Amino acid sequence: MADRDTLPRPNYLLDGGTTLKRWLLTTDHKRVAWLYMVSITFFFLLGSAAALLMRLELLTPEGDLLTAEMYNRMFSLHGIIMVWFFLVPAIPATLGNFLIPLMIGAKDLAFPRLNLLSWYIYAFGAAFTVWATVAGGVDTGWTFYTPLSSMFANGNVSAAILGVFIVGFSSILTGINFIVTVHRMRAPGMTWFRLPLFVWANYATAIIMVLATPVLAITLLLVFVERAFGIGIFDPALGGDPLLFQHLFWFYSHPAVYIMILPGMGVVSELVACFARKRVFGYGLMAGSILAIAFLGFLVWGHHMFVSGQAAYAGLMFGLLSFLVAVPSAIKVFNWTATLFRGSIVLETGMLYALGFIGLFTIGGLTGLMLASMAIDVHVHDTYFVVAHFHYIMVGGMVMAYLGGLHFWWPKLTGRLYNEFWGRFSAVAIFVGFNLTFFPQFIMGYQGMPRRYHSYTPEYEPWHVLSSAGAVLLAIGYFLPLLNLGWSMLRGRAAGDNPWGATGLEWRTTSPPPPHNFRNPPVVQREAYDYGSDDAPVPDREMPR
Amino acid sequence: MLESLADILGAVTDFGARVDALFLVMLAASLILVAALVALVVGFCVRYRRGRGDHAGPRLDHRLEYGWSLALLAVFLGFFAWGAWVYVDQQRVPDGTLQIRAVAKQWMWKFHHPGGQREINHLHVPAGRPVEIVLASEDVIHSFYVPAFRLKQDAVPGRYTRTWFEADAPGVHRLFCAEYCGTQHSRMRGTVTVLSPDEYAQWLAERTPDEGLAEAGARLYSALGCSGCHEPGSQVHAPGLRDLYGRPVALASGETVIADEAYLRDAILLPEKHVVAGFDPVMPSFSTQIEEADLMRLIAWLRAESRAGGNDGRP
Repeated sequence: MADRDTLPRPNYLLDGGTTLKRWLLTTDHKRVAWLYMVSITFFFLLGSAAALLMRLELLTPEGDLLTAEMYNRMFSLHGIIMVWFFLVPAIPATLGNFLIPLMIGAKDLAFPRLNLLSWYIYAFGAAFTVWATVAGGVDTGWTFYTPLSSMFANGNVSAAILGVFIVGFSSILTGINFIVTVHRMRAPGMTWFRLPLFVWANYATAIIMVLATPVLAITLLLVFVERAFGIGIFDPALGGDPLLFQHLFWFYSHPAVYIMILPGMGVVSELVACFARKRVFGYGLMAGSILAIAFLGFLVWGHHMFVSGQAAYAGLMFGLLSFLVAVPSAIKVFNWTATLFRGSIVLETGMLYALGFIGLFTIGGLTGLMLASMAIDVHVHDTYFVVAHFHYIMVGGMVMAYLGGLHFWWPKLTGRLYNEFWGRFSAVAIFVGFNLTFFPQFIMGYQGMPRRYHSYTPEYEPWHVLSSAGAVLLAIGYFLPLLNLGWSMLRGRAAGDNPWGATGLEWRTTSPPPPHNFRNPPVVQREAYDYGSDDAPVPDREMPR
Repeated sequence: MLESLADILGAVTDFGARVDALFLVMLAASLILVAALVALVVGFCVRYRRGRGDHAGPRLDHRLEYGWSLALLAVFLGFFAWGAWVYVDQQRVPDGTLQIRAVAKQWMWKFHHPGGQREINHLHVPAGRPVEIVLASEDVIHSFYVPAFRLKQDAVPGRYTRTWFEADAPGVHRLFCAEYCGTQHSRMRGTVTVLSPDEYAQWLAERTPDEGLAEAGARLYSALGCSGCHEPGSQVHAPGLRDLYGRPVALASGETVIADEAYLRDAILLPEKHVVAGFDPVMPSFSTQIEEADLMRLIAWLRAESRAGGNDGRP
C-alpha cells in the first residue's frame, strides 16, 4: 500500500469518483473497459467451469458423472458463454475500449454514452442468457442447428436465443463506435498509415461486427419465430429448409471467428515490435492482410457444410476461398518472425505470450488448411479434430493474445507492475497445459472420435485421460495471472509512464492516464513503431538478464 | 466385437486411403513449416537477445514477403486441388451399386436392404462391391459416419442425401452419428460389418422377409390408393408412374426436371410444388399419411418398375 500515493494524479482510477455509482454511470472509455474486463472474467470462469465438468465426465468412456442431458447442457453453456460473452468482446471491448482513444490521441471514443450503453446491453443480455441456460437448460449446442433447436429441443432455447440476440446489439454499437472514432478522432498527424496495427485490427473487427451481427440477429429471430409460432422456416415438416439455417448461421459465425482472432493479431504485433525493438516487418502488408482477412472471411462460410448435402460445386468454391483466406494469415506469421530478425529481443511476460500465440495460431491455421481440404473434412468434420483446431485458434490464439496484452498494458491500466517471474511462469504453464489438453484431441479426432459425445467407445480413452489431465493444468495456469495481477493492484510497484520503452501515444501519457487521457493534446510526427530512431523511448526499468 | 484397435486406425476403402495419403503429406509439410518457424524464432531470440548488441546490419528486403506469399499461395492451391479431386471423385456414385436405404431418427439407424431385410444400428454389407447408402431422417439432422471408411454424410430431414463406399475386406467397423442430434446423440452408434460376398448372400438368405422393399412398395401403391388415379385406364387424369424414374418430366411451369428420388418425394409430400404439364393439380398431399420408411418403399418400387421396363433409372 505504500506505493499507493506514488501514482500520478489526476488519474482516471481515483479522480472522477470512486463510488460504485460513479463506476456504473461512467462514460470514460477506460472505466467502461474495466466494466467489461470484470464481466468477461466472470463469464470466462463460468465457461471454464462447464468445460472442466465436461473434461471430468470424459475421463471414462461411460457417462457416469453427469447425465447425458446435463452433459449436453454443459457444452451448450460452455460454447454460448465462451463465444458470445467472452471471445467476441474479449479484446475489443476491454483493451480496444481502453487503448483505441489513447493510441490515436483522442480524449474518448466518439460516443462515450453509447459505449456505456453497449456494456449495459451486454451485461443484461448475457446475464439473461445465463439465467435461461442454467434455470431451464439449453442443450442445442452454441450452434442452435435446426430443426433440433426450433422444433425438438426442450428447455429454455427461446430465452437463450433472445439473450444472444440482445448481446448482438452490444457488438453492433461497439463496432459503430470504433469505426467512427478511428475515422473522426485521430490526433493531428495520426494518418491512416501511422495507426498502430492494434487499431487497424480493431477497426477491421468493428466492420465485421457491424456487417455480420445483424445476420445472426435475423437468424436467431427466425428460429424464435419457428419455435414460438410454428411458422415454417427451417423445419421441413413445416415446409422449411434446415440447410438455410446453416447458411445464415455461418454467414455470421465464420466472420465471427475473425472477430475473435483479428484483435489478437493486433495485440501480438504491438508486443513483438516492442520487445524486439523493431518496426513491424512489412507494416503495409500487415495492415492490408488484416483487411483482406476481414473481407475474405465473409466468403468462406460453406466450408462448415461440406458433408451437409450442399452442392459439390458450391463446396469447391468455399474450399478454394478458405485456402485463399489462409494466405494473409500466413503472411502475418512470417512477418512477425521476420520482425525478430536483428531485433533487440527481451523475453518479458508479454513477449512469451506473443510467441506462444504465434506457435499455437500456426498449428491452428495449418490444421485449418487440412479441414479446408474437402476430402479430409469428410472424415474429420464434427470430430475432436475440429474441436482441437478451433481451440488452437480461439484459446491458443485469442486467449494467449488477450493475456499477453493484459500484461503488456497492465502498467498503463493500473499504474503498477506485476511480478515478472510469476508472469513468465504463468505464460509457460498455460502454453504447456493448453497443448496437453488439446493436442491429444487432434489424434483422437483423426481416429474418428465424434464431438459432443457424452459417452464414447473405449479405444479413445487414453487420449481423453491425457486431455483431461491437461485441462486441470490449464485451469491452474489461468488462475496464476488472476492472482499475480490482482496482487499487483495491492502491492505492485509503481510502473512509471513507459516501463517497456514502447512507442505509441498511450505510453506518452501518465500511468494510469488522467480522465481525459492527455494533459496536452498530442501531435504525431512519426511512423508507428519508430524503434530505430535515436530518440525512441527506452525502457525505464532494469531489464532482467 | 472389434477385431483390433488397428482396425480403427487404418482406412479400409480406396477413398479412405486417398484421404490418409493427402493428410499425411499435409502433415509432413506442416511439420516442416512449424520446425522451420520454431528454429527461426528460437534462433532469433537467442542471437538477437537484448544486451548482446548483435542487431546492427542490413534490414530484410521487403521483396521477401511477396516471395513467400506467392510461394505459399502456390502450395495452398496445390493442396486445394488435391483435396478437391479426391472429394469430387467421392461425390460421384458409381454405376451398379448395391443400394441400401437408411432412415435416421432420434436415436437409431434403421437400414433396409433391397430384399426387404431390415436391421437396426448394425449394418451388414458385402466386401468388394460399391455400396450406396441413401439417407433420410425422420426428425433432426444426423450424420452417417464410419471412421474406418473416412466417410461421413449428413442425413437431412426433408431430403435424401447419399454416399457410397467399397470396402476392401471383411471386418467390423464403428458407425457413429456425427451430427449432434439431441439427448442420446452419443448412444446413436453401431457397427458396419463387412462380409465376404458369399457370407453376405447367406446372411441375406437367412433373413429373407415375406416381401422385398419393392414388393412392399407395390402393396402400398394399392393400399394408399395411388393406383386408383395413376394406373392406366383410371377415371382420374393422372400421369403414369411405372416408367417414370430417372426420366425428364415437363412441368406446368415450363421447367423440365428429372424424376429422381428428391422429385418423387416432393411429388408425394408436396404435390403442388411441381405440377406436371398437361395435368390438373388435383393430387392431395400425403405428408401426414406416409412415414419415411414407406416413402422409401414406394420409391424403391417405382425404381424397380422403371428398371423392369428397360429404364436403368439413371438420367
